[in-house]
Amino acid sequence: MSAYALLTDYTVQNVILGALMLGLVSGMLGSFAVLRKQSLLGDALSHAALPGICLGFLVAGARELGAIMLGALFAGAAAALLVLALTRYSRLKTDAALGIVLSTFFALGVVLLTYIQGTNNAAQGGLDAFLFGQAAATLRSDLVIMAGVTLLSLLLVIGLWKEFKLVCFDPGFARALGMPVLALEVTLTVMIALAVVVGLQIVGVVLMAAMVIAPAVAARQWCRRLETMVPLAALFGIVSGVSGALISTLGRGLATGPLIVISVSLIVIASLLFAPRRGLLWALVQRSRQRRRLRHQQLLTTLYRLAERHGDRDFQSEQGLLDSYHRTRTRAALSRLEKRGFVESRRQPPQNALHWTLTGAGHDEAARILDSFNARGD
Amino acid sequence: MPLGLHEPDLALHVEDLTVSYQSKPVLWDIDFDIPPGVMAAIVGPNGAGKSTLIKSILGLTPPIAGHVTLFGRPYRVQRKRVGYVPQRSSVDWDFPTTALDVVTMGLYGQLGWLRRPGKAHRQRAREALEQVGMQDYANRQISQLSGGQQQRVFLARALIQQADIYFLDEPMAGVDAPTERAIVEILRGLRDAGKTVIVVHHDLQTVRTYFDWLLILNVRVVAQGPVEEIYTADNLRRAYGGQIALLENTGAGAPVIDATTAPSAQHKAREHSASERNTSEASTERRDTP
Repeated sequence: MSAYALLTDYTVQNVILGALMLGLVSGMLGSFAVLRKQSLLGDALSHAALPGICLGFLVAGARELGAIMLGALFAGAAAALLVLALTRYSRLKTDAALGIVLSTFFALGVVLLTYIQGTNNAAQGGLDAFLFGQAAATLRSDLVIMAGVTLLSLLLVIGLWKEFKLVCFDPGFARALGMPVLALEVTLTVMIALAVVVGLQIVGVVLMAAMVIAPAVAARQWCRRLETMVPLAALFGIVSGVSGALISTLGRGLATGPLIVISVSLIVIASLLFAPRRGLLWALVQRSRQRRRLRHQQLLTTLYRLAERHGDRDFQSEQGLLDSYHRTRTRAALSRLEKRGFVESRRQPPQNALHWTLTGAGHDEAARILDSFNARGD
Repeated sequence: MPLGLHEPDLALHVEDLTVSYQSKPVLWDIDFDIPPGVMAAIVGPNGAGKSTLIKSILGLTPPIAGHVTLFGRPYRVQRKRVGYVPQRSSVDWDFPTTALDVVTMGLYGQLGWLRRPGKAHRQRAREALEQVGMQDYANRQISQLSGGQQQRVFLARALIQQADIYFLDEPMAGVDAPTERAIVEILRGLRDAGKTVIVVHHDLQTVRTYFDWLLILNVRVVAQGPVEEIYTADNLRRAYGGQIALLENTGAGAPVIDATTAPSAQHKAREHSASERNTSEASTERRDTP
């Protein structure tokens, strides 16, 4: 299939559009969930949706997406509200409450699923596709529902931006200002449930949590403000959704949902490693720089004190002595200091050993370092 | 002292306030008043319910009984006259936002639905930051601020509310000495401008120098009134029991507190709402009373 044929293919178009909207919605709403320390909410919601899917099927009597989504939404929302209630009114912490609700609902869902499969109902075909998603089965009518959810969450996030922001950062203060904090929290939670339901068709119950958490976590690495983090999370969601969908069209038997999740995971890994300030690589570089600076400072002050002790500004310290004093090799560090003009080296008899002397600039630098230490001690 | 139901002449009037977590009372039958234009401290041992008192006045913790009025009317209708500085450890300082942003949040209540802070609001936020000496940090990510700087940002967020009565929950806990001095100066300025300032305070040694009104709390009200009348060895012993050693000063009226046993800023395990969101940094400054 040529690239043109690919992009005009009806199924491929549906999958790409669906993945795009899913990425947008889950990235945007996931940001708020992650910042409220409710990363697992998406997980709980999606797993909890399974009994809803089955109940929707049982009520409708056929694999009708409207009924199934409604069931999923109700089950997901019920689970989310149960988590909220458990943390609010019992002594359970959020993680425990999420864990319990998630597994209970999922177990219930699996029981219902196997029951339905046992009835040999011909209409049940493909119900288990909801476990891992079946993007190729996305219909235009599904896209309309997804577009509705996308539009609604965009409107809500833009309209209630400052309220959502304050509720995530400082709910106590928000309540003192008179904001309806509980209603806002419930709105956010229900919206995430909607996003999850929208994603079930494409990504499936099991992997949907990644779409809520991963774009937000990746975006958090690069951003200093919520105003940039949420759009970037949405962008990451879109990019991984579309690229996962495109890759899956390249070969037979490549499942779209898992490919989308792998794409977004790659973005997360890259962000964790390479993001400035918060990335691991950045931290490593910072640490080795810090160490190098400390080593330099130590060497300079050692030379300074030796010169002071001997009453000779140009006192020549032998390389071996400095090594054993610092219990490590100092040659490389001293050479770097020489390049910066703080020390000078000279070969000295009897064994032609390397000796080091502080320059004038080196004296000043060492005195400055010692002064700053003394000032800190006050 | 006989009290009417609504006391318009009082900045704060609390009557019969009782709060409990599960079945254990945290505050029991609290009656107290604070006149306008004073700088008042709320002190008491750990678990005395100091923070809970502020939270229930502001409607954040529902009381079992009692009522509260601010300038004669309930908090619901007086919100815009109140400024609030929560405990610094109650929020996650790794939140992606800047100092200026946080200060602007103080205006969200006045802005109302759908309106966003504009240029004029950000200018006001900048002025508030300048008031607390943080103008150079306006665009700094809040996680990169020191504890003292974070506290100043929180104070600026309350200042921008331009309230008549301010509630501050342990603003001096875990901050550096210059910040503590700056905070006290600003609070004094507010009081001198006729505002009422109510502070949960942990350091008994500075109570007399900083404040002019005092409420000693230990689940019940132990004593209340002007500092010079209330700050007595007897009252403190009734509130703190054996938790502090009072070195009776020969001759002088006021007791001196032994610095080695003075209770430090410490938070109660009960306040799980706060502890859930703790940053690791905040928890390191919690020391146990020896």
